[in-house]
Amino acid sequence: MNKPLRRIAIFCGLLVLALLIRDNWIQYVQADSLKKDTKNRRVAIARYATPRGDIIVDGEPITGSTKTSGDDFNDFEYKRTYKDGAMWAPVTGYASQAFGATQLESIEDGILTGNDDRLFFRRTLDMITGKKQEGGNVVTTLNAAAQKAAYSGLLKQGKGAVAAIDPETGAILALASTPSYDPSSFAGNSTKVDGNAWTKLQKKNNPDDPMQNRALREIYPPGSTFKVVTAAAALEKGIYNSADEKTDSPLPYTLPDSTTELKNEGNIPCKDATLREALRVSCNTVFGKLGVDVGKEDMLETAKKFGFNEEQFVPIRSSASNFPEKMDRPQTALSSIGQFETATTPLQMAMVASAIANDGTLMKPYMVDKLQAPGLDVIEQTEPSKMSEPLSEKNAQILQSMMETVVKEGTGTKGQINENGVTVGGKTGTAQRGVDNSENPYAWFISYAKLDDGSSPVAVAVVVEDESANRDDISGGGLAAPIAKDVMKAVIDSKK
Amino acid sequence: MSSSSNPSTHHTSTIGSIGAPSRRNTELALLVFAVVIAVFAYANVGLAMNDSVPPGLLSYGLGLGLLAGVGHLVVRKFAPYADPLLLPLATLLNGIGLAVVWRLDQSQRLQQSPNFFEAAPRQLLNSALGVALFVVVLIFLKDHRVLQRYTYISMVAAVILLLLPLVPGLGVNVFGARIWIKIPGLGTIQPGEFAKIALAVFFAGYLMVKRDALALASRRFMGLYLPRGRDLGPIVVIWALSILILIFETDLGTSLLFFGMFVIMLYVATERTSWIVFGLLMSAAGAVGVASFESHVQQRVQAWLDPMREYTLSQEGVLGHTEQSMQALWAFGSGGTLGTGLGQGNSDLIGFAANSDFILATFGEELGLAGVMAILLMYGLIVERGVRTALAARDPFGKLLAVGLSGAFALQVFVVAGGVMGLIPLTGMTMPFLAYGGSSVIANWALIGILIRISDTARRPAPAPAPNPDAEMTQVVRP
Repeated sequence: MNKPLRRIAIFCGLLVLALLIRDNWIQYVQADSLKKDTKNRRVAIARYATPRGDIIVDGEPITGSTKTSGDDFNDFEYKRTYKDGAMWAPVTGYASQAFGATQLESIEDGILTGNDDRLFFRRTLDMITGKKQEGGNVVTTLNAAAQKAAYSGLLKQGKGAVAAIDPETGAILALASTPSYDPSSFAGNSTKVDGNAWTKLQKKNNPDDPMQNRALREIYPPGSTFKVVTAAAALEKGIYNSADEKTDSPLPYTLPDSTTELKNEGNIPCKDATLREALRVSCNTVFGKLGVDVGKEDMLETAKKFGFNEEQFVPIRSSASNFPEKMDRPQTALSSIGQFETATTPLQMAMVASAIANDGTLMKPYMVDKLQAPGLDVIEQTEPSKMSEPLSEKNAQILQSMMETVVKEGTGTKGQINENGVTVGGKTGTAQRGVDNSENPYAWFISYAKLDDGSSPVAVAVVVEDESANRDDISGGGLAAPIAKDVMKAVIDSKK
Repeated sequence: MSSSSNPSTHHTSTIGSIGAPSRRNTELALLVFAVVIAVFAYANVGLAMNDSVPPGLLSYGLGLGLLAGVGHLVVRKFAPYADPLLLPLATLLNGIGLAVVWRLDQSQRLQQSPNFFEAAPRQLLNSALGVALFVVVLIFLKDHRVLQRYTYISMVAAVILLLLPLVPGLGVNVFGARIWIKIPGLGTIQPGEFAKIALAVFFAGYLMVKRDALALASRRFMGLYLPRGRDLGPIVVIWALSILILIFETDLGTSLLFFGMFVIMLYVATERTSWIVFGLLMSAAGAVGVASFESHVQQRVQAWLDPMREYTLSQEGVLGHTEQSMQALWAFGSGGTLGTGLGQGNSDLIGFAANSDFILATFGEELGLAGVMAILLMYGLIVERGVRTALAARDPFGKLLAVGLSGAFALQVFVVAGGVMGLIPLTGMTMPFLAYGGSSVIANWALIGILIRISDTARRPAPAPAPNPDAEMTQVVRP
């Protein structure tokens, strides 16, 4: 019987070997992915085991951490707190014990908890010296005054979003979205309180969708603000070489290959208008035809250079704005005045304004200035970088002078800043919505400010979707421009 | 006239003087080592969780030391030539199992559960009962061959034990598996654990008698010896019994264990590979057949194939799904190579059965890959010492019994650890010695007792032949 016995011994050895191999597989090969699986509650437990690092704006933390209270057993020791949570929510995102983390709280989680690989040495040292692990800080580029101006301006109007950028660096200065939510309302109060707050904020229970980050994630039809992109494409292609050259623009204008007439808003002087005049009064006919003259390929190319059709990571992901890739000629005309399938995020339009203000160079937008270790040493510093050059310096300056006319004596007069040495250029937009424009349109305003030394500290895009307002009241000039003005003013004032 | 007083007869003994060393002192040293490790583990848990040496450390250490000491003394007295590794290995596994059961008692998360109770004191009592049974086996079972007399009684006992959970009012259904009986005042018992030993005795006795018929009467076909139709009887009966267990007790593990044990013993008894082939084919057919209509089995397979989906479904509150498989995998993964250290993990997230079926996950998280590999190797050592005992045994019954018990032990470890680690579908059995559970601890101590008894017999120097009166007659010259 000894031969089969030896074989059974080998068989039993193989059983144990199989277990050993499996054990190595899950505890060595797959260990890291299992350990970092966001559904693994240990991730959240570790996240809240020590006070979390802070997100910092203008040297002041906008977040905090406190000990979790309550008599119930809670495996999370600390919870996140927010100052002006609703105002900053589009920047911070949330870090909730029950519902996970998003945006900066999620992207920079490693730094905030102190688990990042770059903090390994410090962590090991803390472990040896018996110190509790600490998180690092995330220093943002945001400007508290500008954010405040943007958020309070939007609150007065209802729903909307603001994105403001420093054109010379790409640093994001303001990022506001209304209606908003307070991330501390479900950060870790108690299962019931958090659950109720969370449920109420969900889109299916709240049609206003307060948790949507409109500044980065909502794509709106841009309406007439898109005309500056069309103008840039026309100048780049050399169809016209100055702002004051008469264009070849018939009125009325019939869309090519069709019998549909493209209409202007009201009776405005658009026949053969110069580019400056056409932008000032916002001629659909001029820019519609211009788009067709440029052609869909070149329109698409310019739009792409401005950042269209691509997600941006700032580092929070921003939805890709859309300029249609497949369209016939009448659709090209409509797309060129911001209709048809053209749709953009507020951030994208702020990038358009910033590229023009920065003499044609688009800087890559970013919102994290630097990451700090717990001892405030800088772990990572973001250097401004060039993203593309959608138009030449000369053409950018032509476009600037046209946009300045819009604010000086056109549809955008409410964006004026009456201060010495400050020049504002902008463009209004009113995007129609719904079948036969049955829904309330979106009011847009994009602009930038220039100082007399030639520098440009801020470019901004504002969109307001106000369902309660009277239809006639909605126009970029009336609703959105004052907000843009306040944001630009806040940035200029804080530079002084 | 006794043989010892007669120098002339002494020379006829040829084997006795070359006796193997008894290795009892080795066993004692290893036992001390085992108890010390377990006591350290216990202290470690207290220091990690409450920042203080646990108040029960002294009594725990003394208790475990006492159990090990009693075990050792009994072995020294009643089985002096026994294998020196089995007792220390069982003591070590039992000891660290106790420490981890106690660690899970300290878990605040588990204390939230309405079903929570302090398991460690009961487990200590179970261990004491287990060692007591071990002692009883060694004292009263002077020779394992005695068991051969109870071949058919064992069979009846095993069948009754296996059927008990199906008796209405006695059997309880714990999360889908009917493998428990509830005795008022005594708690729940898992009769399958005891049936394992009874069945091994029955198989050994039965196969020893029938092995020649099963081995020789066969036809050769495609390189395999095909048994005669009527010789297939026993394997078909055992197979049917396993299938019935699977269907009515919905327990894949128990079913697999018994059938596997039988196939192993059949193979050893007959030396015919064809039995292995038949066994594999039959178990595959049985498992697939039952899985085609038994939803409990299907669900276990689903959970094994896609634990994440199972987790998501259970989080969404869909009935009949469990997050445990995924929680166990997370526990293993989070432990990594060296683990978090005892008392510092979150394996209690597994919730129900964290200290029984899933206890290996706590070892995985808190002692890491290193700790689990050490534990698996300890189980491997127990099994291989058992098979070695079978090799050394001088009688076929002892060989079969030893290999049956060791094989069942190996299969149980494989089925439970493989299930918890996601290598095979999960079944409701417990890690021998480590896991909380009275039946398991007690039955496995008895199993170790029998293996020690067989190994003692196997390694004992052959007894001096009885004095032959005839030989003496011829030698003695009468005056």
